[in-house]
Amino acid sequence: MDWIVPLILTVITASTPLLLSATGELITEKSGVLNLGVEGMMLIGAITGFAVTVSTGSATLGIIAAAIAGMAIALIFAFLTLTLMANQVATGLALTIFGVGFSALVGSGFVGFAIEPLPSLHIPFISDIPVIGPILFGQDFLVYLSIFMVIASGWFLTRTRAGLILKAVGDSHDSAHAIGYNVIRIRYMATLFGGAMSGLAGAYLSLVYTPMWAENMTAGRGWIALALVVFATWRPGRLLAGAYMFGCISVLQLHAQSAGINVPSQFMSMLPYLATVIVLVIISSDVTKIRLNAPACIGKAFRPAQ
Amino acid sequence: MIRLEPRRQHSQKMIYLSPLLAIVLTLISGAIIFAFMGKDPIEALYTFFIMPINNAYGVGELFVKATPLVIIAIGLAMGFRANVWNIGAEGQLTMGAIFGGGLALAFYDSTSVFLLPGMFVMAAIGGAFWGAIPAWLRTRFNANEILTSLMLTYVATLFLSYLVYGPWRNPEGFNFPESRAFPDAALLPIIYDGTRVHLGAIFALLIVAGGWVLLTKSVVGFQLRVVGQAPQAARHVGFRQKRMVWFTLLLSGGLSGLAGMFEVAGPIGQLQPSISPGYGFTAIIVAFLGRLHPIGILFAGLVMALTYLGGELAQIGLGLPSAVTGLFQGILLFFLLACDVLTKYRLRFGSVSKSGEPA
Repeated sequence: MDWIVPLILTVITASTPLLLSATGELITEKSGVLNLGVEGMMLIGAITGFAVTVSTGSATLGIIAAAIAGMAIALIFAFLTLTLMANQVATGLALTIFGVGFSALVGSGFVGFAIEPLPSLHIPFISDIPVIGPILFGQDFLVYLSIFMVIASGWFLTRTRAGLILKAVGDSHDSAHAIGYNVIRIRYMATLFGGAMSGLAGAYLSLVYTPMWAENMTAGRGWIALALVVFATWRPGRLLAGAYMFGCISVLQLHAQSAGINVPSQFMSMLPYLATVIVLVIISSDVTKIRLNAPACIGKAFRPAQ
Repeated sequence: MIRLEPRRQHSQKMIYLSPLLAIVLTLISGAIIFAFMGKDPIEALYTFFIMPINNAYGVGELFVKATPLVIIAIGLAMGFRANVWNIGAEGQLTMGAIFGGGLALAFYDSTSVFLLPGMFVMAAIGGAFWGAIPAWLRTRFNANEILTSLMLTYVATLFLSYLVYGPWRNPEGFNFPESRAFPDAALLPIIYDGTRVHLGAIFALLIVAGGWVLLTKSVVGFQLRVVGQAPQAARHVGFRQKRMVWFTLLLSGGLSGLAGMFEVAGPIGQLQPSISPGYGFTAIIVAFLGRLHPIGILFAGLVMALTYLGGELAQIGLGLPSAVTGLFQGILLFFLLACDVLTKYRLRFGSVSKSGEPA
């Protein structure tokens, strides 16, 4: 049973970036904004976090910088789609193309650098308890943050006034506007939150998961996070399950070879992507469920009537 | 305070001006970025945008790079018009290369004149097959085609990697991950000596013409425009959204597949793990820059092809990373989307509109 604890630890490491970015995107989408640029925001977070950590020697500064960089790039998206009312799908794609190019350009000076991985929690005695010690009390800060944020998001959306307003804006921007809420400002904030979370997710990849910088290192995780939001039918609780399920699949792929399963590595690498397609199909085919849970105004531009 | 005031109808002038404005703004940002990176901006811009095309070979390369971009973008634009977001063209391109290239490898000692036409057919089938999957998943299971088509891109790339590392690896090679070189009968003829411009460029022009006819002269083209602009009206008249999804994904998939085959049977000449520097994604920008119109796409394809050539030269001449290309492409699309606001809205300076002023 010696292998089970390390296995669970790798699953947690693989799931955390998905959970972080999907939680951010869920809040963004709940406000009625579809930001397809998660992949780009994650890449920019990854390179910013890595570059700042290498330059300053402080992973904390790196993480903060990654969140700010994610927000900055989300601000461009928000300005284009919310203020200038550009098409959200096209702008999200632009964000991803820009993010790939920008991160590769900045990152070309940081290839091959090594950093100290993020420190993990260590409580004397408690963290040393067999099995549950390292799993529950031996993680790094971002793992706890990801769990906290998904729970907090669930509480925010169902139990707070601000959360209900956010959902109202996403479900009917005209009514929300008529009651007197500032639709655009609320959507700006939700989009920026999504950017910050994707930035953190990127930083987790470059500071903990690998830890190093490589071009395009997100490898589609931003898109998988988008699919996870649909999988969760826009409910944070199910996001947790979905992210960890995908974490398991990507770890399975890494361990299949060593377990003696003789399938070409490329087919194993296809698993997360195929699983995403299958999961989308299963969830989306229940049209009523999607219609009940999806924000009704998602992707639609809002312009206050004058 | 700047306000946006809706125009009564879309400004025709701005539809043409906004791409040009976006290009100018991209050049200005480019100069700033180059200066920031410690390069002389004028020299850098010259290296990036002029030097690549100041000789015949360079102009030829421009056509070589524009060929796949234009072919893919024509298909994508049809879908975008109908709100069908195929962003997996890169995967369909890869499947086209696998299907078309597979035929060339199966008959690697052939000299038949039918080999190349056979590869055309196979490539179109391969690409359309890869486009048909998201179409089926969308129409049958309501699954979002953006995510499924993109996921399938990763699958296609991995599949190609499996083939060239495994069963299709050149048995007479030195264990490199690449297939046999295609036989001469499977290579696209060069149409202008001294360059690499191949038959695919002619096909790109034919596809532009075909796209133009389809869009402006056919019932399908009319339906595409209505479905995209007024989906409810389209339902009333009885246009079927599902049929549009199938049509646009099969068309764009098939064209992307053809573009992929042109790459492996043209400049590359064999199958290898990487056959495209992201043409399938750049074609999305080409489609928008070309106003989703075939003639516009032709010009936009040349502009975007230039960013690839400029990136290569900037790498050699200025020591800049080739990623500059992607950065420019992203910035260009940002500016384009921002400038497009001017086609629908008028900029007004001042805080409150005077009463009685026509909106």
